[in-house]
Amino acid sequence: MSSSEHNENSEHTNPAVDGSELIKFDNVTKRFGSKVVLDNLCFDVSSGKHVTLIGPSGSGKTTILRLLMTLMKPEEGTIKVGGHYLTHEEKGGKLVPAGEKHIREVRKNIGMVFQQFNLFPNMKVLRNLTEAPVHVLGLSKEEAEQRARELLELVGLTEHIDKYPSQLSGGQQQRVAIARALAMRPQVLLLDEVTSALDPELVAGVLDVLRDIAHTTDITMLCVTHEMNFARDISDDVLMFDAGRVIESGAPEKIFSDPEHERTREFLGAVL
Amino acid sequence: MTSGLWELVLKGIWITVQLTVFSSALALAVAFAFGILRTHRLWIVRFLAGCYIEVFRGTSALVFMFWIFFVLPLMFSYQLVPMWAAVLALGLTYGAYGAEVVRGALQAVAPAQREAGVALSFTRGQQLRKILIPQAWPEMIPPFNNLSIELLKGTALVSIMGVGDTAFAANLVRLALQESAEIYTYTLLIYFVLAFVISRGMRALERKAKAGIGRPMEKPAARKPGAGVLQMLKKVDGKAVDPQHAGTRARSAGGDA
Ligand SMILES: Nc1ncnc2c1ncn2[C@@H]1O[C@H](COP(=O)(O)OP(=O)(O)OP(=O)(O)O)[C@@H](O)[C@H]1O
Ligand SMILES: [Mg+2]
Repeated sequence: MSSSEHNENSEHTNPAVDGSELIKFDNVTKRFGSKVVLDNLCFDVSSGKHVTLIGPSGSGKTTILRLLMTLMKPEEGTIKVGGHYLTHEEKGGKLVPAGEKHIREVRKNIGMVFQQFNLFPNMKVLRNLTEAPVHVLGLSKEEAEQRARELLELVGLTEHIDKYPSQLSGGQQQRVAIARALAMRPQVLLLDEVTSALDPELVAGVLDVLRDIAHTTDITMLCVTHEMNFARDISDDVLMFDAGRVIESGAPEKIFSDPEHERTREFLGAVL
Repeated sequence: MTSGLWELVLKGIWITVQLTVFSSALALAVAFAFGILRTHRLWIVRFLAGCYIEVFRGTSALVFMFWIFFVLPLMFSYQLVPMWAAVLALGLTYGAYGAEVVRGALQAVAPAQREAGVALSFTRGQQLRKILIPQAWPEMIPPFNNLSIELLKGTALVSIMGVGDTAFAANLVRLALQESAEIYTYTLLIYFVLAFVISRGMRALERKAKAGIGRPMEKPAARKPGAGVLQMLKKVDGKAVDPQHAGTRARSAGGDA
């Protein structure tokens, strides 16, 4: 299930960081009550890769991202990010549940963009982008503002720097949210259906920004999307989920045009 | 009414104002402290904070005031002056009510906001300070408005302990002048005016707080008689508006927008 077999398909690969497993799920099980959402899940994402998760509703895609963001904890198994255990710590040769500080340290490598943007309504755009870099990473205010301006330019919102989120359209808010996540200079960007709360005419703008980021940076991306064209454009690897397991994975060309599994074929038939 | 009596009443009003301000300040601190503890991740902390709130909501501020004034000295051989005993009793009691307001408002902030805070690796304290409290604050103000008016009226309890507040002074004046009806009416009016001032102040605070999270309060133009006209004059920008036609301002304000 490793994505490393598909190196030759990738044009976005940064050779310097390629090959190392940046994210590694090892026999991760997540249950809600008696419902098993992730079932001994194993997969990994190599540094610099863009991996898309597809699968029917309720198959556990969001759960994977929320586990990575430590918004929930797995019942069993371990998750590693950049070689460090995310929810565990090694103490005296044993794995113990990690403390708050350790989790925060590992999580700094991960950025997330939410379906509903979740900008901070009490802060103007600039402060949405500088607050965490200043108070979490310890950047100086000038540095953080400089970085924020560059990112706002990247997402094409320079003129809105002094507005509150409520004064922006959904598409603009989502682009600010992307900039906010990037301001932390994460190694991994998690994207959970970032365009599905948007009006149709605003979707393209957001996807363009993400394509731009995918093609010009070496950030690792793990995204859940129903935009199959977008997935085909940016992905090195596509993982098809069903019932808490990866049932098929491979390069987008392969998965989208010639899937092996019946379930994948059915699913793609329904969404394409 | 003689000037001596006037002085008595003014002093009484001043004491009422002081009691209200000091007790409110204490109540606000208590409300935030215990309201935040009520949302703590450890159940034992939530439980203890809950105990405090239940005890102080469930006991009478007046009895508590007496207790502080008369019983505490027996236990610690230290007696607070009645004024501070009253501030303590009122502050702790209304703080307990306020704590529930704070807890409710904090919990009403969308959970996704906290999640966004987690995603940016803010510590719990930072999430609280930078995200949750600023967003919950505007929601707290209207119930705080109610509580501070309740507290203002609650300060009249101190007159029983012989503190010379408005109610106490009014009673003396009433005895001196033998004019019960009139004096009681004036006393009501004084409290009403004080409550009105608090209410207006809190409305202004609410407006400011909402603007601070990019959610300006939809302001019914006809609500503020004086200021409404002034604003109208500013709004039409030079074009004279006859104040006599203030009655039509709702319509013209609508046309303006
Ligand atoms: N907090 C929760 N409590 C209970 N059940 C949950 C919770 N979160 C998710 N689930 C369940 O876990 C399953 C997987 O949910 P998840 O959100 O990961 O699916 P998904 O693949 O993202 O689906 P979609 O495409 O609809 O977003 C669903 O059946 C959902 O009902
Ligand atoms: Mg989902």
